[in-house]
Amino acid sequence: MTVRTRSVRGAVRRRRARPVVVVLALAVLLTAVTLLAVGDFVVPLSEVIGAISGEAEWKSRLFVLDIRLPRVLTGLLAGLGFGMSGAIFQSLVRNPLASPDVIGITSGAGAAAATCIVALGLGGMAVSAGALAGALVTAVAIYLLSWRGGLSGRRLVLVGIGATALLSSLVSYLMTSAAVWDAQQVLIWLTGSLSGRTWTHATTLACCLVPLVLAAAVLARPLNVLCLGDDLARGLGLRVERSRLALLLTGVALAATATAAAGPVAFVALVSAPVARRLVRDGGPALAASALVGALVTLVSDFVAQHAFTPVELPVGVVTGVVGGPYLLVLLVTANRAGTSASRRGSRLLR
Amino acid sequence: MVALVVLAALATASVTMGSKPLSAHTVGEALFRFDPSDTEHLVIRSLRLPRTVVGLLAGAALGLAGAVMQGIARNALADPGVLGVNSGAALFVVAGINFFGVTSLSGYVWFGMAGAAVAAAVVYAVGSMGASGATPLKLVLAGTATTAVLTSATQAVLLLNVSAFDQFRFWQVGSLAGRDEAVAWQGAPFVLAGAVLALSLGRSLNLLALGDDTARALGQHVVRVRLAAALAVVLLCGTATAMAGPIGFVGLAVPHVARMLTGADHRWLLPYSMVLAPVLVLLADLVGRLVIRPTEVQVGIVTAAIGAPVLIAMVRSRKGAAL
Repeated sequence: MTVRTRSVRGAVRRRRARPVVVVLALAVLLTAVTLLAVGDFVVPLSEVIGAISGEAEWKSRLFVLDIRLPRVLTGLLAGLGFGMSGAIFQSLVRNPLASPDVIGITSGAGAAAATCIVALGLGGMAVSAGALAGALVTAVAIYLLSWRGGLSGRRLVLVGIGATALLSSLVSYLMTSAAVWDAQQVLIWLTGSLSGRTWTHATTLACCLVPLVLAAAVLARPLNVLCLGDDLARGLGLRVERSRLALLLTGVALAATATAAAGPVAFVALVSAPVARRLVRDGGPALAASALVGALVTLVSDFVAQHAFTPVELPVGVVTGVVGGPYLLVLLVTANRAGTSASRRGSRLLR
Repeated sequence: MVALVVLAALATASVTMGSKPLSAHTVGEALFRFDPSDTEHLVIRSLRLPRTVVGLLAGAALGLAGAVMQGIARNALADPGVLGVNSGAALFVVAGINFFGVTSLSGYVWFGMAGAAVAAAVVYAVGSMGASGATPLKLVLAGTATTAVLTSATQAVLLLNVSAFDQFRFWQVGSLAGRDEAVAWQGAPFVLAGAVLALSLGRSLNLLALGDDTARALGQHVVRVRLAAALAVVLLCGTATAMAGPIGFVGLAVPHVARMLTGADHRWLLPYSMVLAPVLVLLADLVGRLVIRPTEVQVGIVTAAIGAPVLIAMVRSRKGAAL
């Protein structure tokens, strides 16, 4: 997915972005295949291919097709959603903090999920549906609350932090009033987990994500133009407010869907876009690369969460938090010149 | 002055009201003519008074810490929660419960302080690396990242140990319930030291607000001020967190309210924050005790429920545009 801008920089961008995206896609594929092969029951790589084409023995087929593939697909798709959503928000609001996990959208999903588990005693897909609704309602509320004759990034982040505090206090209340078993379920869900994901999860998630990813692909060019600033974008004939609303909706829907499927996996949305932008280094939003980085981070973290602490299996969100955090810190420390100018812009927004 | 009167009224209310209302007269008797055989006196002396004192101390500490942090980071978003200090305290408390079998509050104090110190050091070190030193944005980003790491580590420990989780989920919401006098006595000296240190920084913070270079030109030791502030914050946050659990939002919201009353002068802002914050904490505790009698909602939940709408309203207001 490359972006066609009619400029010299655009030409450079295409040269630089394409190899990065190809390499990232290969890395995602390789990680996914590894995840399919490794576990308590090891399936040789040739058997993995065989299982998918339906020619391996039943045991390999069972493990690869019925148990591991849905989990891997869910993780991959959710990661794509988180990464892309983070990239859209951060470019749109021009603020590295404006990712769906910071501005409260995922905490809306979490509060709704906790309500479903504790107060309504639901489980499985019902919790996911509740989380989706919670994320969307929260996003609309935050948008309306931070709208005052325009949308400022700083106001959005502040309102989002307020909303997050409110929602997490609701979650805390539910946690203290629940039985310890329910509370533990809530904690696992809130951490972000891929365990026990079935084909139902994977196919539902795919059906929701594919149109959203296509929408994001269509909107990539307006987003690029918007990055130049509103006045210039208007001068180039872009309908600024309309494009922005469409992009916001897409970003929210991506984050909400991914959260509904896997829980609010810590940090993937926040960290993917900065990493991708450093790989592509063209000053653009790097949507495709961000999405792939998100998928890669999620899959690798799930691999570690499943196999590094045997016999215990941790939720994937524990690993993304512990690994993603230091990575962001490294990014901060080694900010290159483009990064410092971006952070100066950001500090103006935050001051 | 008005704030002080309100605070005194609230403190009285906090002692007299509860699941069993008592008269002010009884309270006076309990304080000055204590009769150990009278249950009402016992309730006051052993339950409500310590609870009120802890609320006062923790609230003052959090409000001051928030104001100092916002001054140092030159950032309206800075607070013990955002900058990772609370999550450091929480992780160390969980580790204390899990690996050292700590169950008493007096044990939590030391773990909480150590955690707050470590987190503050990491955030500041990372935030000030790189070309342009500790810019406000880098501090917040470093705080967010550190919070995520520490929270994940905390969750990992909790998921592996159900009984630690059972203890922690009640500590985590921040509560003034069941705090005895010993907690107040143990925490008071730390809060006092932190408060004195913080209040002495008013003028320096005013100069820092002009930017590092200007402050240096006016003869400020920028690094020294930052270190003193960090020490004050660790003392205040670590103690408050250990005494009452991580009460969210007080450190973030109160300085904003104070700023609307006083303007940007830290010499006024700091004491105002110190008085207004316990007002919020005690009010929240009272509301939590009275809403669903005879059980109660923990104070940390109420502060967030009260504070968040206030913050959002302020962000939207015209004054908020200048935050």
